[in-house]
Amino acid sequence: MTDTTDTIVVETAEKIFADLADPQTINADKTGQWIAPLWRALSESGLPLSWVPEDCDGSGASLAEGFAVLNAAGRAGLAAPLAETMLAGWLLAQAKIASPEGAMTIAPSHPKDRVTLAADGTLIGRARGVPFAQGADHIAVLAHSKDVVVIALVEAAACRIEHGLGLGGDPSDAVTFDGATPLTFAVAPQGFDQTTLLLMGSVARSLQIAGALETLLDISVAYANQRVAFEKQISKFQAVQHNLARLAGETSAALAAATSAADAISNAAAFDDAVFLEAAAAKIRCAEAAEKGAAIAHQVHGAIGFTSEHILHRYSLRALAWRDDFGNESHWAVELGRMVAKRGADDLWPLVASR
Amino acid sequence: MTAALRFDPIRLPPVCEELRKEVRAFLADEIAAGTFDPHKPQREDSDAPEFSRRVGARGWLGMTWPKQYGGHERSFLERYVVTEEMRVANAPTRRFFVADRQSGPVLLKYAPEHIKMDILPRICRGELCFAIGMSEPNSGSDLFAAKTKATKTDGGYLINGAKIWTTSAHIADYMIAIFRTSPPTKENRRHGLTQFLVNMKTPGIKVNPIAQITGQHEFNEVVFTDAFVPDDHLLGEIDGAWKQATSELAYERSGPERFLETYYVLTELVRALGPEPDTRGAEGIGRLVAQLHTMRRMSVSVAGMLQAGKEPVVEASIVKDIGTLWEQQLPHRVRELSAFVDAENSNHATLGELTAFATKLAPKLTIQGGTTEVLRGIIARGLGLR
Ligand SMILES: Cc1cc2nc3c(=O)[nH]c(=O)nc-3n(C[C@H](O)[C@H](O)[C@H](O)COP(=O)(O)OP(=O)(O)OC[C@H]3O[C@@H](n4cnc5c(N)ncnc54)[C@H](O)[C@@H]3O)c2cc1C
Repeated sequence: MTDTTDTIVVETAEKIFADLADPQTINADKTGQWIAPLWRALSESGLPLSWVPEDCDGSGASLAEGFAVLNAAGRAGLAAPLAETMLAGWLLAQAKIASPEGAMTIAPSHPKDRVTLAADGTLIGRARGVPFAQGADHIAVLAHSKDVVVIALVEAAACRIEHGLGLGGDPSDAVTFDGATPLTFAVAPQGFDQTTLLLMGSVARSLQIAGALETLLDISVAYANQRVAFEKQISKFQAVQHNLARLAGETSAALAAATSAADAISNAAAFDDAVFLEAAAAKIRCAEAAEKGAAIAHQVHGAIGFTSEHILHRYSLRALAWRDDFGNESHWAVELGRMVAKRGADDLWPLVASR
Repeated sequence: MTAALRFDPIRLPPVCEELRKEVRAFLADEIAAGTFDPHKPQREDSDAPEFSRRVGARGWLGMTWPKQYGGHERSFLERYVVTEEMRVANAPTRRFFVADRQSGPVLLKYAPEHIKMDILPRICRGELCFAIGMSEPNSGSDLFAAKTKATKTDGGYLINGAKIWTTSAHIADYMIAIFRTSPPTKENRRHGLTQFLVNMKTPGIKVNPIAQITGQHEFNEVVFTDAFVPDDHLLGEIDGAWKQATSELAYERSGPERFLETYYVLTELVRALGPEPDTRGAEGIGRLVAQLHTMRRMSVSVAGMLQAGKEPVVEASIVKDIGTLWEQQLPHRVRELSAFVDAENSNHATLGELTAFATKLAPKLTIQGGTTEVLRGIIARGLGLR
């Protein structure tokens, strides 16, 4: 599954994160000086346009490579619009629209929001909780126009952006499009709709959550082996051991669900029921794992993990925040449950076993 | 550290899907012929020796073993498919399940050649039932506290003491058991236990049934009074059973039987809620299916690692920890969601019956084969905490 090019792309990403996204440095830097050099290095490496084919001005990496990069970004607790720009580039490429330079994001990112393309060629509607809209140069938009779905590229400056902050401390903004004229738009491929976009975004977030959990496990195990209480390392207390064993279990479940869904999308011809199961299940299970895992990581750290000075929150709060983007676990559970119910009881096992 | 935790997205190869069709067709025929009722999950209680032979005749026992012993040299992933299809269909697997999963592999590794040639082909034909004799009244999780003694005598050993909770002892042909051959040493409290193959027809063995809260009869007390076991029935190293116990655990812990034991209540819930459940019902189904799918993907991943010759002991323990808790909680979740079932046009009665049965069964799932607490200890060791 992991071939050599896969590893090279991930290693490139990991090297940039190690050099320019050190969690201690970022956590101590109140002025945000770390952002520019990090984003410059990422852009020069071509990673933000991983999912854009070379004929659309991208770096043409495979879906699998891109997903592996997002897992690494999660491990680094990356606070930059890498996933968002990758997803925007991917969305635009579906309609053969070339990606511009600079940071991008995608809208809508919430299942209840809907953007339309009016007859006069302007975009109408409001998208809430759009990640990293502030700071983005462009927004890739999925919009409805009469009977068709279109994909549009719009300048962020043409939209009204109300700044917000998500749970993890990263921008989560409301974007109002009313009257904005896209730079370009094109009809989406047959069968591509808002659900397709949300599923893709959900798998991206699932890999990021799994990555954050991997780091939460690492730093929690290291801390337990180092912290002394009652004249013992706290890792010697069975209650602490069992909590960490559960954290390992949740991390494993998240990793398994997310990498399975990424593999499914990477090898799928279409977003059929099987891909839907994989992607929705990944988001549901990763969100559950984030809740349980983050709580354990904090419990093991005691008060120190509750301080802004400690790096723990960079991973715990992001894992929790990422649950909400592109449909949360309740949303996908209802959708998945409806699909299973419609197929009928005797078709459930064949569906599960087909994966 | 986490580099050690791996759950690669292994997919079952096409040969498995062909096999799956064969197994489904076979099980459909068995159901049609009245061998078992897929809606009655009584597999622990029903012995089906003829069914066992027919499964053997299909080549689905000893699937991964060498051909010289009657095996079929197929992959762990193929065995995986057969196992999961049998579980989901509620097929009566008790006669062959332990022999195929656990006892056969132990014999392959530790038994003398003539014993292997004698016994393994009979397991593959579905003729033999095995029991596992580990637990004793005062030795459960603490396996190495076992006291039942094997005393050296002419040509073999005399066994005295008792095993308890021994599943299938009342129908078993053989037991693989651990007995004390020496006292523990100061340096190693695990020292002194030896693994033996015991013919259950040996004089001096008495099997006493123990009733369970489900109303079924599955486990027993087995009392040994000067029961003779010949020298060539000793398995592996004398006093060294502790070295042999751990490597098989990955096979035992991560299979589909570790999360599918109560699966039938989920199917019946989906049936009862119908094609258009309300939001609460849909969400409940969706979550359970997401969790089930994730566990299966984890479990297939471990099977893939086993096939690749790895020993994913920690991953396997994680699958069992999460899987058994899930199958234990499943009837409770289904019970909650059955509040939203429409009483008129549904299988309400079946659902209620099955949920009650699964609820009674549930407590054992996190005890048998190593408790949750013991598993978490193993995971913690793998994490470098102890
Ligand atoms: C249905 C069923 C079938 C079985 N079939 C077989 C069989 O075929 N053959 C066989 O040999 N055995 C069998 N067993 C026995 C099973 O292996 C034991 O029940 C199990 O190992 C636990 O042992 P115990 O019951 O003595 O509980 P104990 O070991 O006394 O444990 C009681 C409680 O204490 C906890 N505990 C114990 N030690 C620790 C520790 N160090 N740290 C934290 N918590 C601890 C346990 O987790 C548990 O919660 C079966 C059991 C069941 C329920």
